[in-house]
Amino acid sequence: MSELVSMPSPGRIPDRDIDKSPILETHHLGIKFGGLVAVDEFNVMIGRTEIAGLIGPNGAGKTTVFNLLTNVYTPTSGTILLDGKDTKGLKTYQINKRGIARTFQNIRLFGQLSVLDNVLIGLHNSIHCSLTSAMLRLPAYWKSEKVARERALELLSIFDMQDLANNEAGSLPYGAQRRLEIVRALATNPSLLLLDEPAAGMNPSETSELMENIRKIRDMFQIAVLLIEHDMNLVMGICEGIIVLNYGRIIAKGPPEEIKTNPTVIEAYLGRKKEG
Amino acid sequence: MVFLQQLINGLQLGSIYALIALGYSMVYGIILLLNFAHGDIIMVGGYIVLLIIAAGISPAVAIAACIIGCIVLACVIEKVAYTPLRSAPRISLLITAIGVSFFLENVAQLLWGADPRVFPATRIIPATSYQIGRLTISLTTIVTLVVAIAAMVVLMLLVQKSKMGKAMRAVSEDMGAAQLMGINLNRIITFTFAVGACLAAIGAILYCCKYPQVKPTTGYILGIKAFVAAVLGGIGSIPGAVLGGIAIGLAEVAVNALGYSTWTDAVVFVILIIVLLVKPTGFMGASMNEKV
Amino acid sequence: MNEYKRISPSKRFLINIVLVIIFIVVGTLLTGGDSLSRASRALILQIGIYVILAVSLNIATGYLGQLPLGHAGFMAVGAYSAALFWKATLNMPTPVSIVLGLIIAGLIAAVFGIIIGIPALRLKGDYLAIITLGFGEIIRIAIINLSGITGGTPGLLNVPKYSSFLVVFLCVAATIAAIHFIMHSRHGRAILSIRENEIAADSCGVNLTYYKVLAFAMSAFFAGIAGALYAGFQGSLFPKSFDFMASINILVMVVLGGMGSMLGSVIAATVLTALPLVLQALAAYRMVIYSILLIIVMIFKPSGLLGRYDFSLPGLIEKWMNRKNKPGKEVANE
Repeated sequence: MSELVSMPSPGRIPDRDIDKSPILETHHLGIKFGGLVAVDEFNVMIGRTEIAGLIGPNGAGKTTVFNLLTNVYTPTSGTILLDGKDTKGLKTYQINKRGIARTFQNIRLFGQLSVLDNVLIGLHNSIHCSLTSAMLRLPAYWKSEKVARERALELLSIFDMQDLANNEAGSLPYGAQRRLEIVRALATNPSLLLLDEPAAGMNPSETSELMENIRKIRDMFQIAVLLIEHDMNLVMGICEGIIVLNYGRIIAKGPPEEIKTNPTVIEAYLGRKKEG
Repeated sequence: MVFLQQLINGLQLGSIYALIALGYSMVYGIILLLNFAHGDIIMVGGYIVLLIIAAGISPAVAIAACIIGCIVLACVIEKVAYTPLRSAPRISLLITAIGVSFFLENVAQLLWGADPRVFPATRIIPATSYQIGRLTISLTTIVTLVVAIAAMVVLMLLVQKSKMGKAMRAVSEDMGAAQLMGINLNRIITFTFAVGACLAAIGAILYCCKYPQVKPTTGYILGIKAFVAAVLGGIGSIPGAVLGGIAIGLAEVAVNALGYSTWTDAVVFVILIIVLLVKPTGFMGASMNEKV
Repeated sequence: MNEYKRISPSKRFLINIVLVIIFIVVGTLLTGGDSLSRASRALILQIGIYVILAVSLNIATGYLGQLPLGHAGFMAVGAYSAALFWKATLNMPTPVSIVLGLIIAGLIAAVFGIIIGIPALRLKGDYLAIITLGFGEIIRIAIINLSGITGGTPGLLNVPKYSSFLVVFLCVAATIAAIHFIMHSRHGRAILSIRENEIAADSCGVNLTYYKVLAFAMSAFFAGIAGALYAGFQGSLFPKSFDFMASINILVMVVLGGMGSMLGSVIAATVLTALPLVLQALAAYRMVIYSILLIIVMIFKPSGLLGRYDFSLPGLIEKWMNRKNKPGKEVANE
């Protein structure tokens, strides 16, 4: 991997992924809003099946990084390589088709639609049925709908939510809404899953269940996960690599043990939280 | 000379649009509502003046009644129709505004008939004209320009200097934060509607002096054009509304002068569409992006 | 524990098809012969046309969640296209001419929908409303000015009166079926997802522009068909019939019925079309009453009278099959 070492601040990826190219690489990624530099020189590398954490104090630019990776905001500098291919100029939905799915810090479900419909919308691009087939109810419609429904229920069963399929998504309890968002993201068949504060508002037992599930998802789907989280138990518990962001810049990067003892991180972030 | 003459006509019309556009712009700046009924308040203002003068009462009383009537009407509309919907989805608020506009137009039609009525323009501004070289300037034009400029200056001072104006700006910046700072939101919103209606009433009188007739749909197209002006200038921006109003006025006069008067309204909309596509925030508007 | 019984999607489909066939047959039988007066025949045709207009506007308003204010413009495009086509093809076999005219009307309106939709949908909320209002007005002003083709203000006269009961019924049934079928497919779900949360839809891989424009084009297409039927019903066209008031009239139906509810649109279109004709005394106050209704409904029940509820015979049968086993009780029984 010597050619990658020459790249600016390469990340370390788990040993099992070392012989495969990374799923995500960013070089000099940054964005300015007017004069404000929100994210600068963001260089990371994420392995094929890595669970990585993105942490940092409030306002450090974590969600902005997610918005950059999915081109919700257009980066003002740098490149994003997804599976080795530059995502420059792609629209958010095209990036999703290429393999990045995400959840949102402030839950964004299709609240008035059923749980099943939410997942079916996630499956949008894997349902193959033309407008004509749908309008005329041709066999292609019936077949694709049946396959999609089965798949949706299968995905819901990961979180044991298949019995809620016909409930209105917006009426679910908070934790279930967060889980549904993950299922919906998974439905888009991603190779990299971005989770924005998945444990926010969850109690400790829900959080530990979520940790298990994130691992389970990674193992089942063989995908990479990048998560933003404030719950240090979760981050330290499941992340193999951690990126620490402060004032839009990476101040540390490495496995949990190193991050825990890194003086810069403790000063900027962990010290105040009395963690680790 | 023809050019200069048309330019003055354009400025006259434009400054009326600007006065009305200010009402749209301020209301939009504060509660993000396209107040469809704003145009119809102008129509009501026109009828008030017309009816009072027809009853043989002096024009000065009519003008005062028009301004007060418009302000009261705007505040009543705000209280009855918009206040209950303050936390409702934007689309509900917009539909309500359309409903109010529709209501005013149809009530006017029931009360005063669908046919246009002649507006006693000469009772308010005498039909005098001045000859400057080969240029003819009517007294109406001069009064319009003077009154419009004066009204805008007063508004600027009000918004920039007064306590109420500061509160208005704070609310349009961040409604929640302004409330936390102890600003009485309801008072500010009502005040904004009142100021907008006052300007609309002045605009209504000046407009009716230029085109001396009133009918139930007078406010509709005038309102739409003024709204276009507000958007053109950048909604929420006071200088923008003035600039936009004058631009629309000049464009309209230009199209008429070129002999395409039946296409005037279409041209106004084409301008709007082009502006929205090229620079959706208008000349001087700030961009508003949803936080993800 | 009893399973909640469900009807399979394909059986639901069959039930719906049977329902549509019954609707057309019964409708045609009832209105056939001389059993109805001229006035009630005209009323039924008008209701049919307004039902199509309301359900078509509902695509953009209820399903996509936008507020276009120029629906009468699309209707006008369809009306004039069909009228001109029918006038030019008087020596063609009538059924062929009718069908071709309807399709052309729909397609030309859809093209206008796309032309308007692409720029308009880059904007949000009020801006979209005002830009579609502008387009609607531009269409009307163009019709007035292009009098060589459209007859201008004096009107386009002697349009063949092709809008028979059968034609209108078939169009109503086909429109409702097509919209229902599309809305219950991946395409419809994509449109709904945009209404629910644009940013989430985008990140789920839904091509926002495509689906917004599709919804607009569909909305315009069916409005065009309704316009064609209107032309074939009136026999003459005047630009004044397609002004802003006409657009608002259709909007009132959609809003009162419940944005997003097809049944709501159908009922509201029927009631609001029939009411002023039935109660002649009210005719003068019609618009005042409409506007007050609009405001009251927005204040007290912004989702419209039926909300997003949609009629479904299979759904009712399903409920009946499970009458002893209410969903949600499963947990309590254990």
